[in-house]
Amino acid sequence: MLEIRDLHASINGNEILRGVNLRVNAGEVHAIMGPNGSGKSTLAAVLAGRDVYSVSRGTVTYEGKDLLEMDPEERARGGVFLAFQYPVEIPGVTNSYFLKTALNAIRKHRGLEELDAVDFLKLIRERMRLVDMEESFLHRPVNEGFSGGEKKRNEIFHMAVLEPKLAILDETDSGLDIDALRIVADGVNKLRRKDNATIVVTHYQRLLNYIIPDFVHVLVDGQVMRSGGKELALELEEKGYDWVKETPENVTT
Amino acid sequence: MGQQHAWYEKQFESFERSLNGDSRTPVHKLRRSAITHFLSRGFPTTQEEEWRFTNVQPIASRTFIPSIGRPEARLTAGDIDRLAFPAVNRVVFVNGHVVPELSSTRLPQGVFAGSLAVARRNHASVIDRYLGASVRGTESAFTALNTSFLQDGLFVHVPDGVELEEPIVAVFIAAGASGGFAAHPRNLFVLDERASATVTEVYVTFGTSDYLTNAVTEVDLSPGARLEHHKVQSESRDAFHVGFTHVRQKTSSVFHSTSVTLGGSLVRNELISVLSGEWCECTMNGLSVGSGTQLLDNHTTIDHATPNGRSWEVYKAILDGSSKGIFNGKIFVRKDAQKTDAKQTNKTLLLSDSATIDTKPQLEIFADDVKCTHGATVGQLDEQQIFYLRSRGIGVDQARDLLTTAFGLEVIERVKNPSLRSYMERILRQRLHEERVRTAQ
Ligand SMILES: Nc1ncnc2c1ncn2[C@@H]1O[C@H](COP(=O)(O)OP(=O)(O)OP(=O)(O)O)[C@@H](O)[C@H]1O
Ligand SMILES: [Mg+2]
Repeated sequence: MLEIRDLHASINGNEILRGVNLRVNAGEVHAIMGPNGSGKSTLAAVLAGRDVYSVSRGTVTYEGKDLLEMDPEERARGGVFLAFQYPVEIPGVTNSYFLKTALNAIRKHRGLEELDAVDFLKLIRERMRLVDMEESFLHRPVNEGFSGGEKKRNEIFHMAVLEPKLAILDETDSGLDIDALRIVADGVNKLRRKDNATIVVTHYQRLLNYIIPDFVHVLVDGQVMRSGGKELALELEEKGYDWVKETPENVTT
Repeated sequence: MGQQHAWYEKQFESFERSLNGDSRTPVHKLRRSAITHFLSRGFPTTQEEEWRFTNVQPIASRTFIPSIGRPEARLTAGDIDRLAFPAVNRVVFVNGHVVPELSSTRLPQGVFAGSLAVARRNHASVIDRYLGASVRGTESAFTALNTSFLQDGLFVHVPDGVELEEPIVAVFIAAGASGGFAAHPRNLFVLDERASATVTEVYVTFGTSDYLTNAVTEVDLSPGARLEHHKVQSESRDAFHVGFTHVRQKTSSVFHSTSVTLGGSLVRNELISVLSGEWCECTMNGLSVGSGTQLLDNHTTIDHATPNGRSWEVYKAILDGSSKGIFNGKIFVRKDAQKTDAKQTNKTLLLSDSATIDTKPQLEIFADDVKCTHGATVGQLDEQQIFYLRSRGIGVDQARDLLTTAFGLEVIERVKNPSLRSYMERILRQRLHEERVRTAQ
């Protein structure tokens, strides 16, 4: 589904990603861990098409197409979804208007009819239940005045409505209380299918008890320093990142 | 003024001759002193501080013939619905003169809302008491010109304790194929003690383009009166519009206003409220949308003259092309006006590199125990917000459109009446859509 090869990306002349390799197949869950500032969010943003980063080398292939050639909206319509580490507030645009616009743009691209108000409401009510969100959040401006945890939950709600093929969740667990963490993880699990894939960026092994990854990768200084199964997360928890830095072992899955 | 001077003098003389029996009335005394004032003063120049950024030469160098008497304009109620919107109480004016067959109101007993010219027959005492009262002596050239050719406009009188549910909508239509004329509508709203009303002025154009609207509105709010006021100006982008609104607020009165400016090539709006009694509330919200070479100037004054007044002001502008916005927001807190609470915000969204804004908050505070804040921001659309929308599948043009509309809607959402709110929302969306289509070409 996704193949990243030797990806180099920089911002303001600083190279942040320095040769990332990663391969994600349909049906898989990949976890990306790594110290602060190692480039995890940069990788996520480059995949979503944020143009403040310039890619100097490498390729990203998504469903056989050159992902880097595509505009952010084309990527989204093609099934790529990024849950932001810091969701953006959009004053004056209600959550439901925003989602309806997004969903219909995606549906139009896929040759489906736009949903009318009734069908749309039915759909979002159902998806809200999945993340246990209150109706009032529909009528509030996107993320404006939401608490940290509410913003994260709203990202998963967006994901539940838009049904992406490749979801990248950037620290969606940070800032969630224990109950919310379980609800969000349950939501992600319920949305899992054979034909979609998830990349979860996280600092905490705890999340991976709920969303069980097929692979864990450790990103250090803009490179995947180590990859392994779900045990790797436990090992990291115990030994810390220095252990990876000291015994680098570049593995590509 | 030279040549213009003689021309205006002549226009006034011939207007005066057409008036017959009106020349002995107090109203005509106002006209005579106004024309003297206008002729001695002339149009303002950019040398005057108040007009520094707005050069009125395009108006001053021309001769716009005052529209005397009602012109021919074949309009139907359906046209008015399209030009404005359906309303229970709707008074229609063409070039400043009422069109009775297109106007209708359903009002409680004792309330008047209709033609000032008609009202002069039965409401002379109220009119003579308030008309011109707030501007006499201090008027600008434009206001003096309006008074000189004063004939008709919307007159509203709501007696003690009457609370009107349905808004009163005045639709001012500029019409006439040839252009080159000036409409000088003169409005007067008098709300007696504890009276409450919603009054909306809509300025539109029908099949003409090159003309001047020079409107004056005077408002008097007795103790405890509440007025929700709107001024929506969506005239031709070749029209000139100068508007002056003066509000006098007595004890515990509430003035809540929204001004929406979408049309006009050169627009100057001046809005003044004097809080002359204690415990008054004053809200002034405004939105301007400019493109091409439009010049949109908003001058506001909130004059806290007595203690315990509160005011809120939010003025926004969306400027594209090489349009120019001007905002001057004066807030006076006089020596006696202790415990005043005033908040002013001015935000501008620049959609192109050649659009500009001159913004000047002007707070003059002479009392010591007050709370006054102001803030002004000028910026482009937020790249992070655009990216967030795009990352959800929304195209870049639609993303920009959505954010621009949201910026403008923030002002309109504060309009209390739902049908007026949705009308304003509709014309804002239309205006921005036109813009997008135009830029895309
Ligand atoms: N505009 C910028 N100019 C310079 N450096 C930047 C800029 N934006 C990001 N960086 C740097 O890029 C590096 C990687 O940032 P990134 O957000 O990808 O880290 P991360 O792995 O997601 O960290 P965290 O775990 O804290 O979220 C950081 O050192 C950051 O300071
Ligand atoms: Mg990060």
